[in-house]
Amino acid sequence: MNVTLRVWRQKNSKTPGRFVEYQAKNIIPDMSFLEMLDVVNEDLIARGEEPIAFDSDCREGICGKCSAVVNGVPHGGHRGTTVCQLHMRHFKDGDRIVIEPWRATAFPVIKDLVVDRSAFDRIIQASGFISVSTGQAPEANSISIPRVVAERAMDAAACIGCGACVAACKNASAMLFVAAKNAHLGLLPQGQAERYRRAFTLVKAMDEAGFGSCTNTNSCEAVCPKEISVEFIARLNRDYAVALLRGSGREAASSAD
Amino acid sequence: MTSFSALYDSTLGKKYIMALTGAGLFGFVVVHMLGNLQLFLGPEPLNRYAVFLKSKPGLLWGARLGLLLLVFLHILTAVQLTLRNRAARPEKYDRSKPYRASYASRTLFLGGLALFAFVVYHLMHFTVGTVDPSYLKLRDAANRHDVYRMTILGFSHPGVSAFYIACMAVLCLHLSHGVGSAFQSIGFKNKQTAVWIDRVSKILGVVVFLGNSSMPLAVLAGILR
Ligand code: HEM
Ligand code: FES
Repeated sequence: MNVTLRVWRQKNSKTPGRFVEYQAKNIIPDMSFLEMLDVVNEDLIARGEEPIAFDSDCREGICGKCSAVVNGVPHGGHRGTTVCQLHMRHFKDGDRIVIEPWRATAFPVIKDLVVDRSAFDRIIQASGFISVSTGQAPEANSISIPRVVAERAMDAAACIGCGACVAACKNASAMLFVAAKNAHLGLLPQGQAERYRRAFTLVKAMDEAGFGSCTNTNSCEAVCPKEISVEFIARLNRDYAVALLRGSGREAASSAD
Repeated sequence: MTSFSALYDSTLGKKYIMALTGAGLFGFVVVHMLGNLQLFLGPEPLNRYAVFLKSKPGLLWGARLGLLLLVFLHILTAVQLTLRNRAARPEKYDRSKPYRASYASRTLFLGGLALFAFVVYHLMHFTVGTVDPSYLKLRDAANRHDVYRMTILGFSHPGVSAFYIACMAVLCLHLSHGVGSAFQSIGFKNKQTAVWIDRVSKILGVVVFLGNSSMPLAVLAGILR
């Protein structure tokens, strides 16, 4: 099959970008979307042109590295699918496909489709962790965790931090990502000690990174390749309210000294 | 950072303010509508109710100041959040698809601004009397302010009534997303309750629309005169 691509090309974060059209010829429908881009790139390299820069690593939907907005929808709009798992059979011969990077102030474009997602790393560094004693591995099953709790924590922990939630949100809000991290640690017994301080500090780091606020449009949930539920956003809102009532901000500030 | 400054500085704190002031305004909208629906009971109950509302100046002004504060906080916070949100996403996509985001959820701000304009007109129309000063001079047989007659006269202009109904449609949209959203914003939602909260939110939006629009419609149709 043959398709026409309209791809965002941008040299670096300082140069303004623009769309460039390319023909992708002789594409096998069983190719993944990224393999199709590989084919186009080989062609570009053969012609001595700069290949299209895009992120990918595992190419099996588990690492969260790939990121592209396909026809206006992050990851292309197939339920629970990253763009590396999107296949060309979902398109028709002769289709015109628009490919863009995540667009958010907090995710500046590095080159073409590659954006800088280190804002997420800063949020995790701020308090996306639990404190445990190191040394001997603890006795297995010494902490009992109800199955439903473990399942829910796993639902939240499925987040691969790809940033599609931010890309989809009209406010470029990172609430779904932050809420998933907050729930994945805060649901488990091991995460209780820092629960409210964590909620407080995560939100602070999120705001400082320049993400927007949540208007509860739920487009994040719709594009999330791991189908993380906005239910966790309600939980973050709840934890943060308790954090304010308990004065966790002071606690966080004094422990940071 | 203290909790109080975090309430004002953080995006989540601002959303609590949006949700709580929005809930307060919603409560007012419902009570105000129920009171006004006495229009269908005739001049006597409505005019008596109007006198009752104004009988305790302390309470009246307390309520007015409270509402003013709610409106002020709701709009101030809405503007701050909207500016922040636009700065967070300055560049649009080539084909922006509002992926699963409802029309109501995307138009909160512009709809809200329209509502503010409506509130200003509504006050000029029926409270301050700027639109037609003679409205405030109408008296009924018991020499009370004839609110019933004022309302009938006010809504007998088709253009004015159409404007009111259009604004109620905007309010319906704002509330159909806003009421459910407020529950989410204060953390009062989960997978099981969300379906119902959102459903009831939409129903309440429509109830407010039908309740309020029934008055200008009844006047235009000649049912009330
Ligand atoms: C009759 C008057 C009004 C009522 C009853 C009302 C009610 C509400 C409610 C319940 C919410 C949901 C809060 C949340 O998501 O947590 C909301 C949100 C909102 N309202 Fe209003 N509102 C009114 C007027 C206005 C006005 C005059 C504006 C003017 C700008 C406005 C702008 C907004 C915005 C922007 C939001 C979304 C905030 C966000 O989700 O980030 N509203 N409103
Ligand atoms: S490349 Fe790893 S999730 Fe797509």
